Amino acid sequence: MPRSVWKGPFVDGYLLNKAEAARASTRNEIIKIWSRRSTILPQFVGLTFGVYNGKKFIPVQVNENMVGHKFGEFSPTRTFTGHSSDKKAKRG
Amino acid sequence: MARIAGVNIPTNKRVPISLRYIYGIGPKNAVDICKALNIPEERRVNQLTDEEILRIRELIDREYRVEGDLRREVAMNIKRLMDMACYRGLRHRRGLPVRGQRTHTNARTRKGKAVAIAGKKKVTK
Repeated sequence: MPRSVWKGPFVDGYLLNKAEAARASTRNEIIKIWSRRSTILPQFVGLTFGVYNGKKFIPVQVNENMVGHKFGEFSPTRTFTGHSSDKKAKRG
Repeated sequence: MARIAGVNIPTNKRVPISLRYIYGIGPKNAVDICKALNIPEERRVNQLTDEEILRIRELIDREYRVEGDLRREVAMNIKRLMDMACYRGLRHRRGLPVRGQRTHTNARTRKGKAVAIAGKKKVTK
């Protein structure tokens, strides 16, 4: 079930301050965030965030398509490199 | 033979049933269309007058997104997810379930027919 509209989008409050600070300082720096659960708001468009995936900060350049999604969706937490194909060889 | 919304040629079935042969018209929409045009549900397509068929065609053109348009919309939505490189897009790309289902077993609809793994030990009793 989706979130009630009357609550508005969920965002951790400090992200707004961080984004504003990044806008003020014109240098294009990656904003490191841990809050994967926060919704991407329209005012984040154009900024680059480093979204923590438990190990690294994955750079996410926010564009207008991403508004409404969560930061975590763009920073995969699992690595799957595939199964080894030489299982039989090991066995023999 | 009646042609509604392009290629669809429903047959001598009841109207709500044959309307469902159109991609994008399901049980609900089919019944709604009949109600909106005052066509009794037990009427069959070959008993419809030309004028009624015309009205069905117009209503679908006006209010419903069907066939190619709908398919294109769905494909665009998936493409948007894939271009965004979000989790759902990645799942679409790999052909795995998108909505958090398990993949340890099952998920055969998305993954396709099971492929035998070479060298895997057969279970014998």
